[in-house]
Amino acid sequence: MSSNDLYKGYRGEALDTLKNFDAPIWSDVEITTETGTFKGIILPRSETADPHHVVLKLRVGYNIGIAAKRIRSITISGRKEAHYKIPEKEFPYDPKKPNVKLLGTGGTIASRLDYRTGAVIPAFSPGELYGSVPELADICNLETEKLYGVFSENMGPEQWKGTAEAIAREIKKGAHGIVIGHGTDTMHHTAAILSFMVQNSPVPIVMVGSQRSSDRPSSDAALNLMHSVKTAAESDIAEVMVCMFGPTSDEYGLLHRGTRVRKMHSSYRSTFRTIGDIPIAMVGREFIKPLRQDYKRRRSDTDVILNAAFEEMVAIVYYYPNMRPDILDSLIDNNYKGIIIAGTGLGHVNKPLYPALKRAQEKNIAVYMTVQTLWGYVQMYVYDTGRDMMDLGVVPTANMLPEVAYMKLGWALGQTSDLEKVKEIMLTPIAGEITEREPSNGYLIFQGGVPEVEEFISKYRK
Amino acid sequence: MHDFLFKPFHDMTESDYAAVGFTSGLEIHQQLLTSKKLFCRCPAGRYSDRYDAEILRHMRPTLSELGEYDGTALMEFKTKKNIIYRINRDTVCTYEMDDTPPFEINEEALDIALGIGIMYGCDLVDELHIARKQYLDGSIPTGFQRTAIFSLDGKIPFKGRDVRVVQMSIEEDSCREVSDIGHQRVYLTDRLGMPLIETVTGPDMKTPYEVAEVAELCRWMARSTGKVRTGIGAARQDVNVSVTGGTRVEIKGVPRIPHIPLLTYNEAMRQWNLLRLRDELHRRDITADSFQASTESVTKLLRKTRYLPLENALASGMIVNCVVLRGFRDLLRWQTQTDTYFSKEISDRVRVIACLTTLPNILHSDSPSESVSTAEWQSIKKAVSATDDDTLVLVWGSEQDAVMGAKEIIIRAKEATIGIPSETRQALRDGTNGFERILPGADRMYPDTDLPPKRITDERRDRIRATLPLDYWNRGDRYRKLGVPEDLIQSLSVSRFAALFETLIAGLQIMPKLAATLLIQYPKRLKREGLDPLISDEMMMNIVRGYKEGKIPKDGLYFLLKKAVRNGSYGDHLLPPPCSTTELQQTIQKAVAGLDGVTIHHHDKRREIVMGIVMNALRGRVDATTVREHIDREVLV
Repeated sequence: MSSNDLYKGYRGEALDTLKNFDAPIWSDVEITTETGTFKGIILPRSETADPHHVVLKLRVGYNIGIAAKRIRSITISGRKEAHYKIPEKEFPYDPKKPNVKLLGTGGTIASRLDYRTGAVIPAFSPGELYGSVPELADICNLETEKLYGVFSENMGPEQWKGTAEAIAREIKKGAHGIVIGHGTDTMHHTAAILSFMVQNSPVPIVMVGSQRSSDRPSSDAALNLMHSVKTAAESDIAEVMVCMFGPTSDEYGLLHRGTRVRKMHSSYRSTFRTIGDIPIAMVGREFIKPLRQDYKRRRSDTDVILNAAFEEMVAIVYYYPNMRPDILDSLIDNNYKGIIIAGTGLGHVNKPLYPALKRAQEKNIAVYMTVQTLWGYVQMYVYDTGRDMMDLGVVPTANMLPEVAYMKLGWALGQTSDLEKVKEIMLTPIAGEITEREPSNGYLIFQGGVPEVEEFISKYRK
Repeated sequence: MHDFLFKPFHDMTESDYAAVGFTSGLEIHQQLLTSKKLFCRCPAGRYSDRYDAEILRHMRPTLSELGEYDGTALMEFKTKKNIIYRINRDTVCTYEMDDTPPFEINEEALDIALGIGIMYGCDLVDELHIARKQYLDGSIPTGFQRTAIFSLDGKIPFKGRDVRVVQMSIEEDSCREVSDIGHQRVYLTDRLGMPLIETVTGPDMKTPYEVAEVAELCRWMARSTGKVRTGIGAARQDVNVSVTGGTRVEIKGVPRIPHIPLLTYNEAMRQWNLLRLRDELHRRDITADSFQASTESVTKLLRKTRYLPLENALASGMIVNCVVLRGFRDLLRWQTQTDTYFSKEISDRVRVIACLTTLPNILHSDSPSESVSTAEWQSIKKAVSATDDDTLVLVWGSEQDAVMGAKEIIIRAKEATIGIPSETRQALRDGTNGFERILPGADRMYPDTDLPPKRITDERRDRIRATLPLDYWNRGDRYRKLGVPEDLIQSLSVSRFAALFETLIAGLQIMPKLAATLLIQYPKRLKREGLDPLISDEMMMNIVRGYKEGKIPKDGLYFLLKKAVRNGSYGDHLLPPPCSTTELQQTIQKAVAGLDGVTIHHHDKRREIVMGIVMNALRGRVDATTVREHIDREVLV
């Protein structure tokens, strides 16, 4: 073991003290300070923590920090290294059950503690999954493959393409359904791009994650996994979906269309919502209940179409009043090829931006308009501002969500630089990213405090 | 072997407890007096049964930091409970619902906790590490309690020795349970997240009474800071008990200290009697290795039963399992606690783990009574090929629950061959206790990755130390030496006026007895008179100054205090006009005249009676000594 590993995470005076007493991490020790003695195991320290303290796990299981400067002596009596390992059990195989492939990209659907940072890092293996959620074996035969182990903010074009390719490969190999474990922060971005890259899927492609990491007893990970695996194995919905909690209670999950879903709360379990439409279905331990009929059905062929293209030089600009043209100019000067604007109201920006928009038009940059209200359509013909902007080459994208439009523009520009073709791709709905009509129940944000809403909340579990 | 036989509670002596090796320690939970909760900014201390919404959760065990599962966690997982939380939007936010990560720890609460740690003479930790302590019973929606050790190794001076304070932690309080029936448990969340400290003592108490005495000491000590909550549920203690050869067993949530002696007595008896039961099993050659038991469904044999609980169960489609415990004859009637038998240990497990909460949930052949008919027992006995040496136990429920129930019966019976299982037990009203869950161990601890470690600086310790009644432990002795009346010593020790008391006797040279009476007895008397005295240090000081300057006679202090409380503050305008010698003499003469024609049986009391009349008439305007002098002169001379 290198010296770094022996004293993992320690630096400064704490490292000097441990070295001085020759007490590496995992040592079972008695530490004497000027005021007392403490018995326990020296733990690794988070690298982001200060250099002044030694972390000791006491016999009772609690950790405490002892100031290095107070330590007078350390007596070592043994060593106990932690082996944080979910009991691995081989996933049972039943020829009568459908085969589901679980592709891991990261996230906290299965995770463990990282002493280096003190944070949770993803862990992923079929045996571990079976060890922690044995119920999965009642549903299907599960195979897993770890594609990546990244937090979702670190997903990018390379991972999107790789994931799409892996999905297509597994479908061709005959999987009855695909589940993709993913961090939740950018799950809706990935859901959108997979909806474009993987078309004509004969089987369900279900994205899943957790809002409370699986190292917590009340984690949503296990139930989300069960729901997603059930959907992949049994449902007849052959689309890219996000499967996450409907309410915050452990009741049922919702299957959201990959192009209409968005993370709407930084921490709630029920953070994913379908925007401007209703979800495809509800899923519980014992049921899958479609909420609509216009979804693509499962087929028995393997004729999936893979189109894994992506142009990285695309940006998304969230407009704000007082925005100055230099924001757009910097994108233009840095050779961006496409810009998605999230405009105000029906899709507007202020006049000072016009010259920059004109420059973008002259430099053949694809500029598309979405709405930062999230709900509703871009309707640039209503006001003069919108009409002026359309003259400057800004293309409205109907009710495509800003993040979805961003992913689609990257995908379109990845295929062609002919702006007319890009426009055709952008405005032709492929997977529900643009809908012709918004149903009246597609916009529902209940307002707490209103008597009828409170009455509803009191009757149903949140 | 275990020859000693437990006597009734009141007949047990200190040496009896020594004979069984009684030892006990405390875990005292004390809520802190803060305006907000520990890890969110919800108001603290507001309780209501009203709720606006409900959420449903399930709990799954997770690994500890050292990569192991905890026994309790696995037990709770077996129960497969639906946990319902009732949410009141005024007292609970998305943090308590576990839909928002924690906010930084409440500094006010941490200050109070550190202060109490210092008062116990503990070593404070230099860096606070918040841990997650798993609770899979659902009492906390996250499935764990956020808790951190902030001090270690203190002591409580007790009867000339020290009771050790092993550790102290600051933690969030749990939910209040509303009900637990079948597979559904309901909690109210208002108490959830309230800051509290847990003080863990060493197993240093040697009789049930000592346990209660030490609990009292700790309670008063915490109160002396003036920064802890009082009232129902604000302080709760868990009591650990063991006897020689026994196991540490924890009795949870004892709400009142006077309950402790009987509870700990019964637990010691239970452990002792379980050890005797083990002796008996071994005498019968039943050990963990030779233990034999089996389960069979006997649903069909009981189709025509007239025993109502079974009849109803079968009518609703439940099944009945029969467990045969080989060689156990009569042992389910083995006494464990007062009026409590080994069958209760088994029934409790079935209730908690198999969720068969409707009682009775088992029947056994050691107490046939008026349940299943003799003919039915006989046919069951034959069907399961039992002999007269065996005990049969029936358990009924849904297929899943009845199977789980039978398994638990076997597990608990087998444990009797080994000894006393490590358990957490609940205090019952009659002074006995019942099974709550398997005693959790260190494996249920996990660092809280949501919050970074928190440094506790020297400056912080010094700042807190400066505000503490550090002399608390010596106060009793000191007051006694100063001549403070015995009945005021305890109250003065924990009074917020303890510091003022020192000022009065040192700075203003007030006699300790008078100072204690003024600061402790008078406010109590005002309270009894229906006045809720909000007396500031300043008000007291002003009144005492008035006394020192001769404006207020000693016997007028109470009346002045009462006036000042009514008035809201003290001022010289509250002083009554001083009593002139002439007025005093006239009042005495009037009192003496009033006694004319009144028969007084004890003539020697005459002077006292006059004294009373005069003092009452001149309330607070003249001193008793002066009155007495005049009476002596005018009445009797």
